Amino acid sequence: MAVIQFTTNLKRFYPDLNAIEIDAKTVAELIQKVDLKFPGLKDYVVDEQGKLRKHVNIFIGNNMIKDRETLLDTITEKDEIYIMQALSGG
Amino acid sequence: MLGTRKGLAVFEKGPQGNYLQTQMHFLGIPVSIAAVDERNGTWWALLDHGHWGCKVHKSTDEGKTWKELESPKYPEGEEIKDGVPASVKYLWAFAHGGKDRPEELFLGSEPGGLFHSKDQGTSFQLNRGLWEHPSRKEQWFGGGRDFPGIHSIIVDPRDSDHIFVGISCAGVFESRDGGTNWIPKNKGLKADFLPDANSEIGQDPHLLVASKNHPDYLWQQNHCGIFKSENGGELWEEVGQKAGEGPANFGFAIAVDENKPEVAWVVPANSDQIRVAVDGALCVCRTDDGGKTWKDFRKGLPQENCFDIVFRHALDKSGETLAFGTTTGNLYLSDDYGESWKSLSNNMPMIYSVEFY
Repeated sequence: MAVIQFTTNLKRFYPDLNAIEIDAKTVAELIQKVDLKFPGLKDYVVDEQGKLRKHVNIFIGNNMIKDRETLLDTITEKDEIYIMQALSGG
Repeated sequence: MLGTRKGLAVFEKGPQGNYLQTQMHFLGIPVSIAAVDERNGTWWALLDHGHWGCKVHKSTDEGKTWKELESPKYPEGEEIKDGVPASVKYLWAFAHGGKDRPEELFLGSEPGGLFHSKDQGTSFQLNRGLWEHPSRKEQWFGGGRDFPGIHSIIVDPRDSDHIFVGISCAGVFESRDGGTNWIPKNKGLKADFLPDANSEIGQDPHLLVASKNHPDYLWQQNHCGIFKSENGGELWEEVGQKAGEGPANFGFAIAVDENKPEVAWVVPANSDQIRVAVDGALCVCRTDDGGKTWKDFRKGLPQENCFDIVFRHALDKSGETLAFGTTTGNLYLSDDYGESWKSLSNNMPMIYSVEFY
């Protein structure tokens, strides 16, 4: 199962948030499954059309995902996924 | 109660009559609107996380605890314009749905959707009548923000099916059937930035307000001046001061007296291009005669090297008391109908909304 790491900034809203393992084939599926464990978290990461929010980045390993619109980048069970807050404002 | 760029602040009047900041919530998070539902005392905070989207929180114990609700969402497939998916960019207006409908609320949003809750915010539905108005995709556009936004919602206290909204840029729209059908109410307004200044659609009301006890008497601080309507928006009349007469013309905020609808206040700013205090001096203008004449009040307000302007929701009135907050974090209060002012703070973040409760 892929391991997901979260920016610590999300812990302000989800104090119990820690790295978790999830079985998913795409980033979109992974986000859906994260939301089952932490209800509402999906809305922090993507908008209502499923698009990654402007100032949020998701990395698979060291690579930023390519599909920010539908999150169809594929993942494998060995991947480590990072949900990060993009730098903005310098 | 203040909505600021760095959180929600509460000031309370102490035993000596001085106001002190007593609470701060959501520190570091922009609060576009902080509001109190007068029907039940529930506090509402509309948040604009830079990273995590717009959120809605409410407190039923005056800020001791807050609950995050599921934010309003545009249904899948909705578009701002053809090919541009709709999502909530900003929550810009809050209104309760009428005293006879205690569970109902409205939120206004950019890009132009009005959201309606019938369960105290547990869920919100997009108002279809306004969203599907034939003018929306072709004739509405952003003013100050990227997309059109609803910043004003007025529910008639006599009839909760009678609703006005103010949209930048589209204008004023009215529904008399609870939001099923909407018609524009912009006759008499002018939009100097359009080829046809008298266009029925595309006007830019910065804020629309109604006198609480005379709800047919409407005022708006518009991008192109100050306007009033004594007949529920059937016809608008420009009542601002002209160049050389005085500063009451451009601005964002406006307030009207609940009992004397011909009495209104504005906080002028310098033209639409510069957007600072007029001549570097802050003043509040009041008319007592429906806009025939205006008087500017300056006592207690900075009169040189001042850059403050007041955003549309950052002026409020309660009885004889008015308060406003500025873009540079100054908070002022008047206990005499706006004739003299005292500073409550000079170190606040940018202030987006001010509301008495």
